[in-house]
Amino acid sequence: MTDAPAIEADALSAIAINGLRFRWRSNRPWVLDIPAFTVAAGERLFLAGPSGSGKSTLLTLIAGIHQVTVGRIAVFGVDLASLSGPARDRFRADRLGVIFQMFNLLPYLSVLENATLPCRFSTARRTHAIAAAGSIHAEARRLLAHLGLNEPGLERRAVAELSVGQQQRVAAARALIGRPDLIVADEPTSALDTDRRLDFVELLRRECESAGAALLFVSHDRSLAGHFDRVVELSTLNATPLAG
Amino acid sequence: MAILTLAAKSLWNRRLTSALVVVAIALSVTLLLGVERLRTQTRASFANTLSGVDLIVGARGSPINLLLYSVFRIGDPTNNVNWSSYRTLATDHRVAWTVPLSLGDSHQGFRVLGTNQNYFQRYRYGRDHPLHFAEGREFADLFDAVLGAEVAERLGYRLGQSIILAHGAGAVSFALHEDKPFRVVGILARTGTPVDQTVHVSLAGIEAIHADWRGGAPLPGFHLSAEQVRQLDLTPKTITAFLVGLNTKTAIFRVQREINEFSAEPLLAILPGLTLQQLWDLMGLAENALLVVSGLVVLVSFTVMLVALLTSLNERRREMAILRAVGAQPSQIFTLVLGESVTLALAGATCGLLLLQGALWLAGPVLEAQLGLTIAAWPPSRYELMLLVAVLGCGLVAGMIPAWRAYRYSVADGMTLRM
Repeated sequence: MTDAPAIEADALSAIAINGLRFRWRSNRPWVLDIPAFTVAAGERLFLAGPSGSGKSTLLTLIAGIHQVTVGRIAVFGVDLASLSGPARDRFRADRLGVIFQMFNLLPYLSVLENATLPCRFSTARRTHAIAAAGSIHAEARRLLAHLGLNEPGLERRAVAELSVGQQQRVAAARALIGRPDLIVADEPTSALDTDRRLDFVELLRRECESAGAALLFVSHDRSLAGHFDRVVELSTLNATPLAG
Repeated sequence: MAILTLAAKSLWNRRLTSALVVVAIALSVTLLLGVERLRTQTRASFANTLSGVDLIVGARGSPINLLLYSVFRIGDPTNNVNWSSYRTLATDHRVAWTVPLSLGDSHQGFRVLGTNQNYFQRYRYGRDHPLHFAEGREFADLFDAVLGAEVAERLGYRLGQSIILAHGAGAVSFALHEDKPFRVVGILARTGTPVDQTVHVSLAGIEAIHADWRGGAPLPGFHLSAEQVRQLDLTPKTITAFLVGLNTKTAIFRVQREINEFSAEPLLAILPGLTLQQLWDLMGLAENALLVVSGLVVLVSFTVMLVALLTSLNERRREMAILRAVGAQPSQIFTLVLGESVTLALAGATCGLLLLQGALWLAGPVLEAQLGLTIAAWPPSRYELMLLVAVLGCGLVAGMIPAWRAYRYSVADGMTLRM
C-alpha cells in the first residue's frame, strides 16, 4: 500500500495517486500531501477521517472537478490533468457515481427522474442501463427495488416527501445506474439514524459488488468499517501538518 | 436538449414566481405592441380616409385644424367660407370639380354633413374606392338624408326612418330641429372612414332647418313650417369648407397660392397629404415618447425576472453541485439558467401577443365606433415581430446575468454542498 505503484499498473487500479499536493490558493497552506494511494478496481474501501481532514477535497479531485497542480491522479488509468474541462466532466459522467451527505436530489424531479439523471449526461451510462434492463426507467426501478424502494407510487412522488433514508437510497440508485466503475460516497450515512446506517452501507456495498464497481466510502464513523474490504485512515495517507 | 427539459421542470417547480414573471413580461409586451399597433393603424386609418382630393379649402386658420374638421370630423371650424367665394373658385377653369361641406349639426352624437350630389360621385377613400350605397339612393328632396353605415347600424335605422337633427355637435343637445324631420333615403356601404359616422343631407336641407334661426338659436316669435320653408330661396350663404379636384395636377401649387391670397376673404387651401404629414410630425413626438415609455416597461419586467432568478440562485447552489457531480459541465449549468430566462421571455412575449389580440378583439368594435379606428387584429406586422424579437433579445441578455453567476458558482463550488 505504501509502495508507489508503477504507471503501467494504473490501468488496473480504480484510483492511483502519486505525489499529490493540493492547496486552494498559492498563498494558503497545503490541504493534501499524499505520496501514494491506490484503490484497486472493484475494491470496496473505507476511508476514515474526522471532518475537516481534507476528505471532501480529495473526493473533489478524484471526481475531476478541481484540478491537480502538483502530482498525479489517475482514475482507471486516465490522468485527469491530461483531460480538458469538458472531457473531465464527461469522464465523471461516464465512470463515476457520487453520493453526498444529504440533499442529494433535485427537488423539481420525481424519484424516477432523479434516479435516471446521469443517463441525461452520459450516453455510456444510458447505453449500459438500457442493456441491463431494456430501458433506463426499468433499470432505475430495478435498482430502487433492490434498495428497498418498491412501494407503489413512490417513484412518482416529489422527492421532498421522502424521508432522509429514502432520499439517500434514491441517491444510491442514481450513483449506481448505468454501471459506473467507481462509486464515491461522501459521508452518505451521517444524516441517518444508527439502524438505517448499517442497512444503507450494506445495501450500497452489495450493489457495488453485484455491479462490479469500486467503492470509495468516506466517513468519520468507524463503526461502519467492518463492511469493507479495506480500511484506510486519511491521516496515515496525508502528510500535511493540518491533517487531523 | 436534456438540460432544457431540466430548465422547464425547474421553472415549473417554482411556478408561482415563474407565472408572475411571465405576467409582468406579458403585460409589458401587450403595452409595447399595443402602442405600436395603435400608432400604425391610426396612421393607416387616417391615410385611407381621403384620396383623389387635390386641395381642401376653408376659412383661414390652422391647416391641421382644417384637415381634422373637414375630413375627420374632429374639432370644430373656426369660421366659414362665403358662398360667393366658393362659387368663384368652383367655376375657375382649372377646377374640375368641388364638393362643398357644411358642418355644425348632429344627430345622436353623429355629425351631420351638408353637401351636394358631387359628394357621392367624387369622394374617394382607401385606394381610390368610391362610395357605394348599401340601400336606397342619394338625397333628392329637401328633407332627405343619407346615413353612413355605422350610424344606421348603431341606431338601427332603416330606409324611410324619420330623424330629427340637433343643433351643435354634442351627443346631447337641447336645441333640436324638431319641426323639420328628415327621412332616410339611403344607407352607404361601410368604408371604415368617418363617412360611416356621418349623416348626409343637402346644403339646402341645412339652410332650411336654420331658416328661422339666427346666431345659433331659434328666432323668438318667428317660426317657419317645413312647408313654408320650401318656398324660400335655400341657396346657402356660407359653407364650412370644400374639397377641390383640379384638371391638371401641375396647377396644384399655383391654385393653392391663389386661394391663400384670395382677396374677397381670408381663405386657406391645403394639400391633404402634406398636412397629414405635418400632423404626424406633430404626433411623432408623443408617439415616440409612448414607445419609449413602453420600452422602459419592458425593461422593468425583465428586472423583475432578474430579481426572481437571482434570488433563487443562491438556494440553488446545491442543485448546481448535484448536477456537476452527475457530469454536467459548467457550460451546461449556464445553459440551464439561461434556458429558464429565455423560456420566461418566450412565454411572456407569447402571452403578451395573445393578450393584445384578445383585447383588440374585445375593444375593436368600441374603437371603431368611437374613434373610427379600424385596428386589424391579425397578423402582427413585420415591425411588431421585430419588437418581439427585440424583447426576446432583452430576455436573452438579461438571462446572461444569472446564468453567468450560476456558472461561476458551479466552477467555484464544484461538488461542495453549501447549505
